[in-house]
Amino acid sequence: MIPFDYRRPDDAPGAVALVAPRPDAAFLAGGTNLVDHMRLGIARPELLVDVSRLPFDTIERLPDGGVRVGAAVRNSDLAAAPLIRRRYPMLAAALLAGASPQLRNLATTGGNLLQRTRCAYFQDATTPCNKRVPGSGCSALDGFHRHHAVLGASDGCVAVHPSDMAVALTALDAQVRVLGGAGERVVPMTEFHRLPGERPERDTVLEHGELITAVDLPPLAMAARSAYRKVRERASYAFALVSVAAALSVKDGVVVDARVALGGVAHRPWRAVRAEGALRGAPATEDAFRAAADAELADARPLPGNAFKVPMARNAMVAVLRDLNAGGAR
Amino acid sequence: MEATITLRVDGEERPVSLDTRTSLLDALRERLGVNAPKKGCDHGQCGACTVLVDGRRVTSCLLLAVTQDGASVVTAAGLGAEAEGEPLRRAFLDHDGFQCGYCTPGQVCSAAGMLREARAGHASHVTADLSADEIPLDDAEIRERMSGNLCRCGAYPNILAAIREVAR
Ligand SMILES: Cc1cc2nc3c(=O)[nH]c(=O)nc-3n(C[C@H](O)[C@H](O)[C@H](O)COP(=O)(O)OP(=O)(O)OC[C@H]3O[C@@H](n4cnc5c(N)ncnc54)[C@H](O)[C@@H]3O)c2cc1C
Ligand code: SF4
Ligand code: FES
Ligand code: FES
Repeated sequence: MIPFDYRRPDDAPGAVALVAPRPDAAFLAGGTNLVDHMRLGIARPELLVDVSRLPFDTIERLPDGGVRVGAAVRNSDLAAAPLIRRRYPMLAAALLAGASPQLRNLATTGGNLLQRTRCAYFQDATTPCNKRVPGSGCSALDGFHRHHAVLGASDGCVAVHPSDMAVALTALDAQVRVLGGAGERVVPMTEFHRLPGERPERDTVLEHGELITAVDLPPLAMAARSAYRKVRERASYAFALVSVAAALSVKDGVVVDARVALGGVAHRPWRAVRAEGALRGAPATEDAFRAAADAELADARPLPGNAFKVPMARNAMVAVLRDLNAGGAR
Repeated sequence: MEATITLRVDGEERPVSLDTRTSLLDALRERLGVNAPKKGCDHGQCGACTVLVDGRRVTSCLLLAVTQDGASVVTAAGLGAEAEGEPLRRAFLDHDGFQCGYCTPGQVCSAAGMLREARAGHASHVTADLSADEIPLDDAEIRERMSGNLCRCGAYPNILAAIREVAR
């Protein structure tokens, strides 16, 4: 780890003013991703600006019935909040499926969203990786790629975004509030993370120096009956192979509305727009759920080592929708 | 860069000057001679370094010490002064909740933090009804809530038995 200066400003504009003009500066929240990457030598900030104690650490009701989650709210506190557990169970469940209790006590809303889209080669500075060193090549394409993307990847990078929380936020149409030198802007979760394309070194649409201040959840009544399902290689404390966040509204045996997002399959949390379209107005049957899942995965382009993810994602989607339809919670 | 901070470690005020790169784990072990927390992976993956910071269990290897000026840190060595600390240590002994003992200081701190979370009503990944006000700590709940602490010796059945006894 290279030496760095440490500052803890009192407010959000002060934090932005410190980081924005210096390309070698970075915000620090829980540190569970950034400090790890600094120790691995793949992140080398020379100034750390601590935003973990800034006053945006509350969960508040919004006038429109939605909920504002401060960027510094810890993952464990968000998962424990009664408002979240009752009104957005898929979000609480996604948080509880991520990392470990000790890490969730440190990890923040903002840091969780901005943990790097990555793979094991990205974290090993001795291997080629277009995300870490643009133009150096992608070690995963002809290497170990069991955990990698099956949707929306490019020849440049096939890594997946590892966050569970972000998958639920994507399904919920959450809005990310961002403060930059030029003022505030709001970025929909569905547009926040990028596909790799020609520039895999960029995970999100944020510019350097932009600070996440909060994430707004819309007042989505149907989210009270929602679920998150994570499929992984052991029962706990592992990243997703595939995950599904979904909410389902059914009336008289017909799907009125649905929200579905997938994790572990793409460079960003994957909103299943096609599946949602196929579900609306369809009978709430397992056949219809399978057809919707198949529609979503029609463009999947798996690698030799991760072809299993396509049926796994389909089956996970069908299972979640079936459970929601049967009245089960998760 | 150098920084000077004060930590309250197991009830004692400990001022310390350190490089900003120092983790809380290294500050405790290398600078303050508090060797209860152990270094297993240094990447947040094993839980051996678990301590309580202001009452919450955290992996001290990924926490920069400079961010914790003024914090109260409880390690396994000072756990006896905490609620359930002494019963937990006793139960680990009574149930042989370890073999080599390397993961144990992290296990007991994690268990203390876990019991606190459970009392505050927190749910877990295996909780069937997230809206429930009361969640009994059955074996599945204890296992899931302790999954951030790995034991290379595989003493899990006895760790579970020890925590089950205190959780009752
Ligand atoms: C062993 C291990 C297992 C894990 N397993 C999982 C898992 O199963 N599922 C999962 O979802 N995650 C998992 N994680 C990842 C974990 O969730 C993230 O490390 C954590 O959420 C990051 O949050 P943080 O606050 O610690 O971020 P930090 O590490 O502090 O920051 C991460 C990035 O965000 C930036 N940043 C932080 N806050 C802001 C802000 N407000 N505005 C702008 N930029 C900001 C930082 O500059 C940095 O680039 C795991 C991590 C570890 C170490
Ligand atoms: S998949 Fe992406 S992150 Fe992984 S080695 Fe290839 S370029 Fe790097
Ligand atoms: S040493 Fe901290 S989690 Fe392994
Ligand atoms: S007792 Fe040896 S690692 Fe747990």
